[in-house]
Amino acid sequence: MLFRTITKENFRKMVEALMENNEVIGPKWRDRDTEGNKIYRFLKLNTFDELQMDYTRSYSSPKNYFLPFKEDLSTYRLEDKDWEQEIHYTIHPRVIIGMRACDINALLKLDQVLVKSAYPNPHYVARRRNTLIIGLDHEPLEDCFCRSMNSDTAFHGFDLFLTDIGEKYFVAINSDTGYMIVNRFDAREVAEDDQRRYKEVKGRIETKFKTQVDVTIVPELMDLEFESDVWKKWGDKCLSCGSCAMVCPTCYCYGIEEHTNLTFTKATKRRVLYSCNLLDFATVAGGHNFRPEAHIRLKYRYYHQFRGFVEAFNQSLCVGCNRCGKACLAGISPKVVIDDLIETEKR
Amino acid sequence: MSLQIPHHDINLEPSMSKPPDFNRQSVLMHTERGFKSEVISIVPLTTQEKLFHIRICDPCERENFTFLPGQFVMLELPGCGEVPISISSSTSNKEFIALCVRKVGKVTGMLHRLKQGAIVGIRGPFGTHFPMEKMVGYNILLIAGGLGIVPLRSPIYWTKEHRSDYKDITVMYGAKEPGQILFDYQFEEWRKIYGLKMLTIVQEAGENWNGRVGLITELFKEVTIDPDNTFAIVCGPPVMFKFVCGHLSNLGLPRQRMFVSLERRMHCGMGKCCRCNVGSTFTCLDGPVFDYWTVMNLKEAI
Ligand SMILES: Cc1cc2nc3c(=O)[nH]c(=O)nc-3n(C[C@H](O)[C@H](O)[C@H](O)COP(=O)(O)OP(=O)(O)OC[C@H]3O[C@@H](n4cnc5c(N)ncnc54)[C@H](O)[C@@H]3O)c2cc1C
Ligand code: SF4
Ligand code: SF4
Ligand code: FES
Repeated sequence: MLFRTITKENFRKMVEALMENNEVIGPKWRDRDTEGNKIYRFLKLNTFDELQMDYTRSYSSPKNYFLPFKEDLSTYRLEDKDWEQEIHYTIHPRVIIGMRACDINALLKLDQVLVKSAYPNPHYVARRRNTLIIGLDHEPLEDCFCRSMNSDTAFHGFDLFLTDIGEKYFVAINSDTGYMIVNRFDAREVAEDDQRRYKEVKGRIETKFKTQVDVTIVPELMDLEFESDVWKKWGDKCLSCGSCAMVCPTCYCYGIEEHTNLTFTKATKRRVLYSCNLLDFATVAGGHNFRPEAHIRLKYRYYHQFRGFVEAFNQSLCVGCNRCGKACLAGISPKVVIDDLIETEKR
Repeated sequence: MSLQIPHHDINLEPSMSKPPDFNRQSVLMHTERGFKSEVISIVPLTTQEKLFHIRICDPCERENFTFLPGQFVMLELPGCGEVPISISSSTSNKEFIALCVRKVGKVTGMLHRLKQGAIVGIRGPFGTHFPMEKMVGYNILLIAGGLGIVPLRSPIYWTKEHRSDYKDITVMYGAKEPGQILFDYQFEEWRKIYGLKMLTIVQEAGENWNGRVGLITELFKEVTIDPDNTFAIVCGPPVMFKFVCGHLSNLGLPRQRMFVSLERRMHCGMGKCCRCNVGSTFTCLDGPVFDYWTVMNLKEAI
């Protein structure tokens, strides 16, 4: 990894230059919640000023630029009895600015499943390879527990990663494309003073983590407390709405829907992001549901995040962003559920 | 100054210019591309089940399509949907594959309305297989309940083609009522030509039935099982696993020599959609064929 610094003025020029020829996506301010806090979303930027470099957390994660809520996997031209299938992966090169370390780590986890496991997903691969990622550090919010999940720092998975050190950004460079780009905007070697300030900022960030979740024994706990009342306690509150999976940067389950047009000349096979909390997730023909109750489904969301993924890839799927906790109307979050599990285990 | 991010066209990857080979799981390929296949004949078996013989249209794709007993395909009707169906024919049959489909819902209902000559799509083969290679030198028990006979036809053809590799082969098949017995027209052939012992039983006898009546476990009274020299393959509804596999392990048959095929909802067959998730495994990748030891250790498996 190489390090450089770039002034904020030059960064602005860089983003504007990128915007001329590429789709550039970044955190935009969309609304306010009931308490008056700003709500941000990753959206296409039209001007530099729309980019909120001081954003807190996007309500929904930027994963949807890699795994859209809806995506046509293939289309068919239907003729009489015959048909022709068409598949397109074309995607314009894009830039995403402002991704957090946790969201970058989330992508790396998705890569494990969608790129590095059996049957790499070509749609995802195409999006991944054509997206330039510019990460951005921030001070953790009250409820961030990414440090507990070992996801508070990104070591790879980005092209550039920025840390605000005053009038400049300290830039970690992780790809040749990234290197070429910053160098065109007068990136400088890191001076001693820059390095000192960078360490200061990093040090301050480390002290700001307030929420901790003890996950060391969680994979085992998932099995030991499989029949625990905790699942019922929280599961009975769960509305089976699926919002948690929608906003989560790592949930990737989906369903397939096929449609035809009204004249039966065209058909599409569409991938739709799903959630294992939804009622019919595991329903099979004849109506048998392998997970009929909300608490069983909730348990399996956690089982996959904190146990199943560990078994397969030696790491939890959850990165600790607490987006699911924020989105949940029933007040269910990994922090409260896991704390409860640990509590019962102690008893 | 303008900056263009380089475009990476994945269609240019060497492996993407060929038809997908689903046996090479780690290769980047057009995973959504189905092999266009023609329905060459349709055999109605019962009111609920039809047997479809389908032939991959492209000669190269047909030649490259190889599978092992117990694997399944995703069968697609464009615009209607895609369903997992076990392959129910011989692995050495290069001309067509047989798929037996029970009419239960949207896609299977539509499939039952197809006529000879219709074009469908298949992706696959997917999933694990019955390890016929490990069973060499052993007796084999093939135990099926209801539709469970469908995935067993492929290992049955296999044993015919490799008969001298195995010792005694016994097929035990239980159905609800005589009218639901599938493939009875083949039983004579299996007995006489394949050299299999065939035992059938129904739960409710009809008027013209003079065979055995009762649950499938009744059939155990008629066979002697040598637990040290036997493998078992069990297919059927999950309740059946409990009784049959329970009985077999009481006889001393190790759980890792019993194989079952699990059924779950599937939307991809490739370990991506999570719909077939059982505990921490995916039925489409690590299954559908599991040994019984593994099944017992999976949360919520049966
Ligand atoms: C490994 C495997 C092998 C199978 N082999 C056979 C076979 O040889 N013959 C046979 O008749 N049936 C088989 N099935 C069951 C068959 O896949 C379902 O009956 C079929 O998916 C029902 O689809 P439908 O659209 O008609 O039903 P609907 O109830 O309308 O289902 C809608 C959707 O739900 C999904 N779905 C529903 N039930 C199942 C299910 N049991 N498994 C997977 N997905 C489901 C499908 O995606 C389907 O498109 C197998 C299932 C699995 C998992
Ligand atoms: S946990 Fe919360 S957000 Fe998730 S499905 Fe249940 S109620 Fe909805
Ligand atoms: S905290 Fe919730 S939303 Fe964030 S990664 Fe973990 S499970 Fe997903
Ligand atoms: S069918 Fe999609 S993960 Fe198994």
